[in-house]
Amino acid sequence: MCAKKVTQKPTDVPTTGHIWDGIEEYDNPMPRWWVWVFYATIVWGIGYTIAYPAWPMIKGATPGLLGHSTRGDVAAEIKQFDDANSAIKGRLVEADMSTVSQDPELMSFAQNAGAAVFRTNCTTCHGSGANGIEGKGYPSLLDDDWLWGGDVENIQFTITHGIRNTTHPEARYSEMPRFGADEILEKPQISEVVEYVLKLSGQDYDAALAAAGEEVYLDNCSACHMEDGSGDINQGAPNLADAIWLYGGSRDAITYSVVNARFGVMPGWNDKLTEDEIRAVALYVHSRGGGQ
Amino acid sequence: MSTPEATEPPSLYAAREPIFPRRVYGKFRSLKWWLLGLMLGIYYITPWIRWDRGPSLPDQAVLLDLAHRRFFFFMIEIWPHEFYFVAGLLVMAGLGLFLFTSAAGRVWCGYACPQTVWTDLFILVERWVEGDRNARIRLHRQKWNAEKIRKNAVKWSAWFLIAMATGGAWVFYFTDAPTLLVNLFTGQASAVAYLTILILTGTTFAFGGFAREQICIYACPWPRIQAAMMDEDTLTIAYRDWRGEPRGKLHKGAIAEGQGDCIDCMACVNVCPMGIDIRDGQQLACITCGLCIDACNDTMDKIGRPRDLIGYLALTDETAERAGAAPKSVWKHVFRPRTILYTVLWAGVGIGLIVALFLRSPIDVNVTPVRNPTFVTLSDGTIRNAYDVRLRNKQGADAVFTISVPFDSGLVAELEGLSGLSVNVNANETLSQRVYLNAPRGSQPATTDRTQIRLWFEELGTTNRVHHDTVFNGKVE
Repeated sequence: MCAKKVTQKPTDVPTTGHIWDGIEEYDNPMPRWWVWVFYATIVWGIGYTIAYPAWPMIKGATPGLLGHSTRGDVAAEIKQFDDANSAIKGRLVEADMSTVSQDPELMSFAQNAGAAVFRTNCTTCHGSGANGIEGKGYPSLLDDDWLWGGDVENIQFTITHGIRNTTHPEARYSEMPRFGADEILEKPQISEVVEYVLKLSGQDYDAALAAAGEEVYLDNCSACHMEDGSGDINQGAPNLADAIWLYGGSRDAITYSVVNARFGVMPGWNDKLTEDEIRAVALYVHSRGGGQ
Repeated sequence: MSTPEATEPPSLYAAREPIFPRRVYGKFRSLKWWLLGLMLGIYYITPWIRWDRGPSLPDQAVLLDLAHRRFFFFMIEIWPHEFYFVAGLLVMAGLGLFLFTSAAGRVWCGYACPQTVWTDLFILVERWVEGDRNARIRLHRQKWNAEKIRKNAVKWSAWFLIAMATGGAWVFYFTDAPTLLVNLFTGQASAVAYLTILILTGTTFAFGGFAREQICIYACPWPRIQAAMMDEDTLTIAYRDWRGEPRGKLHKGAIAEGQGDCIDCMACVNVCPMGIDIRDGQQLACITCGLCIDACNDTMDKIGRPRDLIGYLALTDETAERAGAAPKSVWKHVFRPRTILYTVLWAGVGIGLIVALFLRSPIDVNVTPVRNPTFVTLSDGTIRNAYDVRLRNKQGADAVFTISVPFDSGLVAELEGLSGLSVNVNANETLSQRVYLNAPRGSQPATTDRTQIRLWFEELGTTNRVHHDTVFNGKVE
C-alpha cells in the first residue's frame, strides 16, 4: 500500500512560461548524471578529433595523432589473409595440375579461390553460372565441347595467354577465311556447303544441295574441321557434327558464319592474375562438369 | 520548520533491507540440502563422465561442441540441422514449469532454481564464517574493525572460490574437460574460456553474495508469469490465519484466552531468505521454499499446538477449513484436468522427440539442384542437370555412399571428379559432392520441361538407404 501521496506543488519549480489550455511546462533542471555524461561526450569528442582523422582540409582530413586509417585497416586485413594463404598458394604453384584433385586440401582451396577469381573476372562473358551465352560466341564452360582442349593444362594455357588477342604473343590463334565476303566461294556453293554441314550435324537438310556441298566441304573446310566435321582443337576449329553451336546452328547462322567467318577473342590473363589465381580458376573451370 | 513532506517529495527509491536468514531444521530444510547436493553434484560431475564413441569422436558424455557444431548427450549426437530436438526440450521445459507451477506453485523457484541453490550455498558459507542470524546482524551493525574485516575477507574469499568453481565448471561443458583443466592452469586455454569463467565468476559472486532475493523480485520474469499458472487448487505456502489470529505473545508460558495459535515469535520471518512475512498472505516475493513451515512447526511443537499453522495449502482448502471441513487430499489437488493436460502435452512432446530420435537415419542428405543454368547440352545432345549434394555421415566410422537414380527414369548418374558412383565420407563429417544426371538426346526427361525424379543414397555394406526427391529440367525445343 502506498500510504503517502506523491505530490508536488506547482509553485516549487519554475515554469518555462509556456501555457497551452492551462497546462504549464515545468522548467526542471536536467538530471545531474545526464549533464555530466553530456560534458563527458564533449571532452571525448575533442580528444577523438585530435587522435583520429577528423577535420576536412583541402587535401583530405587531418590525419590524427594515432595515424589510424580505415584503408590501412583493410590493407592490413588483406595482407593477413594473404600471409595465411601464402603457403598453400605456393603449393598450388608448385603442384602438378593433373594430380591436384587427389589432394583434398589443395583442391578445396583451389575451388574456393578459383570461384572468387571467376566471379570477378570471367562472368562478364561466360556468365555467373559459367554457361556462356548460347549462339552469341561466348562458350559454355559446363559442357564437354572444348574449342582449344578441355584438360586442365589446356584450360590453364588458354586462361594464361587468351585467344586471338593482340597483346599476348603466345595467344591461341587461328583465323577462318571469309568465304563469302572475300568471294572465295560462289553463292550457290555456300548454299550447298551449308546444307552439307546441316547434314553432318544431324539436322534437316536438302539432300540434292548437300550432295553437291560435300565436294565444296572437302575442298575448303575439311583441313580444319576434318572430313567428318569433328573439328581440331589444335586450331580451335569447332566440331560441326555435335549438338553445340557457338554462334547458332540454324541454316541462317551457319550461312552467316561461312560468309563472314567468326573471330572470337579472349584476353590473356597472366598480366592481370597471378600464377596461383590462374591455376585456381583453371581447376575451378575444369571441375564444372566439362573438364576432360 | 514545515514537515519534510511539504518541502520535498518522498523518494521513489527504497534501499535494500539486508536479510539475515536464521538457521532452521525440518523436513523442507533437509529436502533442500539433499536437492542442493544433488544439483551441484550433477552440475560439477557431468562434464567428467566419459562415453566411448569410437576414435574420431569425443569421449565426453555431455559436450556442446560449438567449434564443430555438434551436441553430444551420452548415446545421442545432435547436428545443427537437428536443432529441433533442442527446441523440443525447451518446449518440454516450459510445459514442465507450467505443470509444476499449477500443481504445487513455485517449486522451481524454491528448490531447483540455480539462483536459489547458489544463494543457499552462499548463505551457508556466510553462516559458517560469521555465525547465525543474531551474530551476523551484530557484525553488520558494528564499526569496521579487525574482526569485521577478517570475517568479511574470509567470507568473500570463500564466495569467490565457489563463484570461480561455478564459472570454471561451465566451460567444461563446451570442450574436452580433462584437456581444458590442464590448459586452464598452464595458461593455454582459449581467451573465450577465461573470459567466460571471468564473467560467470562475477555474476555468481554478485548474484549469490549480494543481489540474492533482488534477482527473484526485480530481475526474474518467472514470478510475473507464475500468477497466470496458479489457480484455486494450486498448492502454495500459506498461513492459516483462522487458526493463528488474533496473534499474541505467550503469557506465562501459555496462550492467553481468546488468542490464536500464532505467538508472534517471528521465526517464520527470521528464517525467510526473501525477508518477507508469510502471514501477510501469498505474495510475489515468496519463492515457496518451505523454510517458514519448518520454523513454525518447530515453534508449534514447543508450545504443544498442532503443526502446520503455516503449510502447503490451496485456496479451496481454505474455504473448506474455515467451514470446519477437512481439506482435500494432496493427490486430489495434484490430479485435475489442468495438470493432466499439461502432463499429456509434456509426455506427447517427449515421446515425439524419442520417436524422432530413433527414426532418424544415420545418413542425412541434402540435394540442391543447380539453377544457373538449369540444364547443359552436351556435344552428343545429352541434356545434363547438376545437383549439389551434401552427404552427412553421422557415424563414428568412415562410410562409402553409393548414389543412384531409378533405372526406369531414363537418366544416368555421374559424379564430378570420380569415376564410379561411390563416394567416401569421413566419419562425423559432411561432404559436398556435385552429381550430374544425364538424359540421352530425345529421351523423355530430355525433352520434358520438368520431370520429378528420386535420388537414392545407400551406405555400402549396410541397410542404410535414404532418398531425396528433386526435379530434372529438360530442353523444350
